[in-house]
Amino acid sequence: MNGPLDFTLGLGDDALIAAQRLAEWTTRAPEMEEDIALTNIALDQLGAARLLLSYAGELEGAGRDEDALAYLRDDRQFRNVLLVELPNGDFAVTMAKLFFLAAYQLPLYTALAGCADERLAAIGAKARKESAYHLDHGALWVKRLGDGTEESHRRMQAAVDQVWPYTHELFAADPAAPVDPATLRSAFDDSVGPVLAEATLTRPESRWAPVGGRTGVHTEHLSYLLAEMQVLHRAHPGAKW
Amino acid sequence: MEQTPLWEVFVRARRGLSHTHVGSLHAPDAELALRNARDLYTRRQEGVSIWVVPAGAIIASSPDEKDAFFDPAADKVYRHPTFYEVPDGVAHL
Amino acid sequence: MYGNDFSAPDDAAGGGLLGEVEAAEAELREAAGRQRRGGPAPDEDLAAYFTEVIDAEQKIEPRDWMPEAYRRTLIRQIAQHAHSEIIGMQPEGNWISRAPSLKRKAILLAKVQDEAGHGLYLYAAAETLGISRDELVRLLLDGRQKYSSIFNYPTLTWADMGAIGWLVDGAAIVNQVPLCRCSYGPYARAMIRVCKEESFHQRQGYEILHTLAHGTPAQQAMAQDAVDRWWYPSLAMFGPPDGNSTHSAQSMAWKIKRFSNDDLRQRFVDMCVQQAEILGLRIPDDDLRWNEERQAYDYTQPDYDELMRVISGDGPCNRERMAHRRAAHADGAWVREAAAAYAAKRAGQKEKVAA
Repeated sequence: MNGPLDFTLGLGDDALIAAQRLAEWTTRAPEMEEDIALTNIALDQLGAARLLLSYAGELEGAGRDEDALAYLRDDRQFRNVLLVELPNGDFAVTMAKLFFLAAYQLPLYTALAGCADERLAAIGAKARKESAYHLDHGALWVKRLGDGTEESHRRMQAAVDQVWPYTHELFAADPAAPVDPATLRSAFDDSVGPVLAEATLTRPESRWAPVGGRTGVHTEHLSYLLAEMQVLHRAHPGAKW
Repeated sequence: MEQTPLWEVFVRARRGLSHTHVGSLHAPDAELALRNARDLYTRRQEGVSIWVVPAGAIIASSPDEKDAFFDPAADKVYRHPTFYEVPDGVAHL
Repeated sequence: MYGNDFSAPDDAAGGGLLGEVEAAEAELREAAGRQRRGGPAPDEDLAAYFTEVIDAEQKIEPRDWMPEAYRRTLIRQIAQHAHSEIIGMQPEGNWISRAPSLKRKAILLAKVQDEAGHGLYLYAAAETLGISRDELVRLLLDGRQKYSSIFNYPTLTWADMGAIGWLVDGAAIVNQVPLCRCSYGPYARAMIRVCKEESFHQRQGYEILHTLAHGTPAQQAMAQDAVDRWWYPSLAMFGPPDGNSTHSAQSMAWKIKRFSNDDLRQRFVDMCVQQAEILGLRIPDDDLRWNEERQAYDYTQPDYDELMRVISGDGPCNRERMAHRRAAHADGAWVREAAAAYAAKRAGQKEKVAA
């Protein structure tokens, strides 16, 4: 990646696509209280996305604001990791995605809060508190599903197995970035390991490790997500909302 | 499946105030109840601290007992400082 | 339309409807502060005691004696209100993924989330009357309790988010503000909280329509089309005309309901006319005009036959709304079972919850 612009864009896209996926749960959650909780997390991610994309637009200096970046780029121009664009699946898959993403975003934003770039540091300081709550929420459900019923254990293990390969991309080295993701791996392992153990879940072996999100080579899912997200905005070029 | 347990929620709005009952919710256990309470009852910065209490653990007095419970306190005005006359000119009392 | 026991709305903090909510809250505190004797004497007529509490503008609380019909009426009304909040998430939820700006997406998410919260506040209030939320949810899913007919109309364009906020939430607020003074304490307190939180809902809808009405020709057409479709269903939200309303008289006597359906509908129309003018949008009623004698607008009544058809299940989206809710409930069963099983495994383990 190339310095703070790509880095900021990548983080902003992670948050935006995560928010879009989480918001798909609204009106569909397993319990009404959980509907509210998932929406809170979606709102946190959306808030972080707006700050990051606005800043990315400024770094780029081409006059693009948060909406231009969110609505007028094609999938090949998005820089989010593949994990966030994966379909929600069942509640277990969504919790696996939430838990792993938070276990990455928490040390990331914490490190960012101390970085030299003031804007990124301020965003990191705000977002790390939110990530701490997301991690807590994800861990809470991973434990309940892992150590709940036979069915929930089976579903949670399947979800971990399905999502795990996509976690490797989160830590691809980028020494030039304000925070090198490779340095976050041990914090991730430290928070994920004990929760999986307590949840009576097996941590999958690391073999297949798909990548491509940070360079714009995505899964087939992203362009459908964007088609839906962007359809109205693109149908009215230049309109204000 | 049995009904998910009911919890009563108390929120401390600001440091220095007591916790106040704000409503109830359902959750399978205390940990989730506390988090559900945070998500449901403090969406607008309403609190700095939350208690959740199993609804079944609250023993309520009955309206029928109201007189017996509370009226005996009504004639004990000497428990309140305003009952006492303070001579003019006495400070710091 | 107000009783003289009620402060003028414009004098109250915030002014307008929000001011009335705050006035209702102040009144609730003031009524609580009035000295009253304790519970009924052992040989006292309970019905007379109940009436005395209501007449004194005091609140009935969960453990007080109350007539069985009062309890049933409240359960039905609060449950229908709660169901309406939960089903009402769907028409707007339909546009979250396609909201045309990130700001609008955040606002809409927060609004739909509030509706879930309000549903939960209301279920909790209903539960104080001795019925469980599981039972209430079952009654909804089995089609044995209703929800507001308005949510059986489709949201076809983004402008519908504006029309719902302005008209549907506007009508709901006119309906709900008097409920802040309902005689049943838990319902009144829940409604105060709901109305305060909803104050942004109507404004965001109005803002959406205002932006569209001052936007491109396509946006303007979209806005007018939405108002055309939502106007009469919004008027129908106030229920059948007073002559045909089955529950009104008794509910008024019990101070569950404070104003008649037609009074509230008139009030809503009178509020909307000037708001529509500022939007530059037309209310689709050729007979809408000021009546000097009545000091109110004459207007065309909504189609009450249509209202009855929609209530009885034959609106455009009744089946989809119910299917959606049933699917969410059924799909979540394994998660709820897992959480219960996990809690049972850990029962007995002490969990620290006090701050």
